[in-house]
Amino acid sequence: MNAVELHKKLESNAGLLIFGILFVSAIGGLVQVLPSVFQDSLVTPTAHTEPYGALELVGRDIYIREGCGNCHSQQVRPLLAEVRRYGPYSRAGESAYDRPFLWGSKRTGPDLHRIGGKYTDAWHRLHLVSPRAVVPKSIMPGYPWLADAPADAGDIARKMRILRRLGHPYTDAEIAAAPAALQGKTELDAVVAYMQVLGRPPPPDEGNQAP
Amino acid sequence: MSQAQAAAEGASPPNAGATATAAALASYSDPVVRFLTACAVAWALAGMAAGVWIAAELVWPGLDFGQPWLSYGRLRNLHTNGVIFGFGVSALMGTALYSVQRTCHVRLFAPGLAWFCAIGWQLGVLAGGASLLAGWNAGKEYAELEWPFDIAIAVVWVCFGVVFFGTIGRRRIRPIYVSNWFYGGLIIVIAMLHIVNSLALPVGWGKSYSLFAGAQDAIVQWWYGHNAVGFLLTGGFLGMLYYFLPKHAGRPIWSYRLSIVAFWAFTYSYIWAGPHHLHYNAIPAWVQSLGMVMSLVLLAPSWATMINGVMTVAGAWRKLRTDPALKFIVLALAFYGLATFEGPMMSIKSVNVVSHFTDWTVGHVHSGALGWNALITFGTFYFLVPRLVGGALHSVRLANVHFWLALAGTMLYVLAMWGAGVSQGVLWLALDHIGDVRFGFRDIMASMAPYYALRLLAGVVFLVGAVLMAWNLWRTVQGRPTAVVHPP
Repeated sequence: MNAVELHKKLESNAGLLIFGILFVSAIGGLVQVLPSVFQDSLVTPTAHTEPYGALELVGRDIYIREGCGNCHSQQVRPLLAEVRRYGPYSRAGESAYDRPFLWGSKRTGPDLHRIGGKYTDAWHRLHLVSPRAVVPKSIMPGYPWLADAPADAGDIARKMRILRRLGHPYTDAEIAAAPAALQGKTELDAVVAYMQVLGRPPPPDEGNQAP
Repeated sequence: MSQAQAAAEGASPPNAGATATAAALASYSDPVVRFLTACAVAWALAGMAAGVWIAAELVWPGLDFGQPWLSYGRLRNLHTNGVIFGFGVSALMGTALYSVQRTCHVRLFAPGLAWFCAIGWQLGVLAGGASLLAGWNAGKEYAELEWPFDIAIAVVWVCFGVVFFGTIGRRRIRPIYVSNWFYGGLIIVIAMLHIVNSLALPVGWGKSYSLFAGAQDAIVQWWYGHNAVGFLLTGGFLGMLYYFLPKHAGRPIWSYRLSIVAFWAFTYSYIWAGPHHLHYNAIPAWVQSLGMVMSLVLLAPSWATMINGVMTVAGAWRKLRTDPALKFIVLALAFYGLATFEGPMMSIKSVNVVSHFTDWTVGHVHSGALGWNALITFGTFYFLVPRLVGGALHSVRLANVHFWLALAGTMLYVLAMWGAGVSQGVLWLALDHIGDVRFGFRDIMASMAPYYALRLLAGVVFLVGAVLMAWNLWRTVQGRPTAVVHPP
């Protein structure tokens, strides 16, 4: 029986066709994606990578909510120009506590993985509320509403408990202290705190230091 | 009778002899197709308008008026979800339900369930779109909708599969026509990708944390993301092509064997291509290299399908002069060829070093999304909608105007983004004589202004064309009931 005859069987039997499509399309995922999902080294934190503190975690969730990742990547590629521009290239382990990952696909604005420590808190506050006040030609939107909204939505302990269930090593004491750490903080404070821990501290074995 | 001929015979004239009741029972379930077509047109306008708005925000950032829901980061998600899941999926669902009946010579299995899918999907995208503007965001590209919507999508999708494969299950033609392989692939593979990539633990109604973290999340996400492009925006629309192109050209598919080879090669190799979205990112090198190689392999089935399509039209070229719908489909085929050539080229690591993170990617996506997905859908609608009401298109002239606006808009868009993207990529990487970066990021960013203005203009031109189509199709169906068509 030649291949066309064989195919005539497949295309006259809906069950076979469904199975065939499922089987053929699953191979790539099974061979290429599944091993990575079970490769622990990909999500083993580097020696310097800590889970986000309460305020930074809230800031990160706001970053996701506002879609910052549409214009900012968080992935410094191991290329000379990128390391010179942004700092040490990104290691897999540095994203071990990132759910979801925020490496991004587009740099309308600059990469942010090594933004931590580059600017002062005051610069970030002004820039987030009114970007063109500090970068005249910027096309970034302002986020004035962050300054007025309280950081504590009342779900921080629940967030940390769920992340702990996923493997983030939060202690009971850290979770208990979280609501107090957000007391009096705004969403703007949270985003700035998140910016300042991004990529910090950089991997120690790197010749090119972050500016 | 070959499959292609079976498909090419298609819609039969109403069976005048049947009684009214029997006719209602036995005729094709076309009202649900008409509803989905109308929704697709509405989503095209809404989704593209959102796209034009965010393009304008990149020229005049003050256009968000300080409103969170108008902010670029939220509105961009509405744009992508609106055009892909609103416009794209509504069009695919509608044309799949239309063509599966005609290629199987039976009315839909469970038409009530088909209505549930059609309406459920619209409500899902509508509420999902509102949730995106409210800031619900799972944070994964093209999978931004949060878990309640993910579950709703999965339920509706499975019902869509039941209706589609149920109809195939009681077909009166033994071979399953090639368009149904592609629509079937769309249903099966998207279900698999969507369910795996959406796995998360919920915190509240609008917030969840992905089951995958960091590099693993990245690999799973782009397995999903690239194959949403693959099996929805490519495979699904190839189903549309394989049914409507031969119907329209009045000729069978050129090569049945080529369609077999292309289909299975496509289904097998697309899945591997995702990691080219993660070149030089912190994932294993073998995963990147394999992703690149399989992306290059993908050129073969992509172009096999394009050649099959072009050769099907060969011999019917004269129709292009008089028939705007066929013009749209043939131009879509050309853009399909362009985008599926450009994609593998961009997946080569040394090219990707320049193109990654730049507007080149945005241009590539739009040469596919505007040039291929939107144009083939427009062509299909110009063909389908008059038939749904048993009349003629309101204005062929207006459709011709739309054709030139769509072509001009797409070309302008792609050219603007090529200019922007290649500039960004090259300037970002440029080093001076002591090996430091030559240009500051801010200066490069500021130099994008003319490209972004041109892109806005391109978007407006394309949107105006779509508005003309909506008006034209509205006048075509206005006041006419859905035609009653019986299986032969």
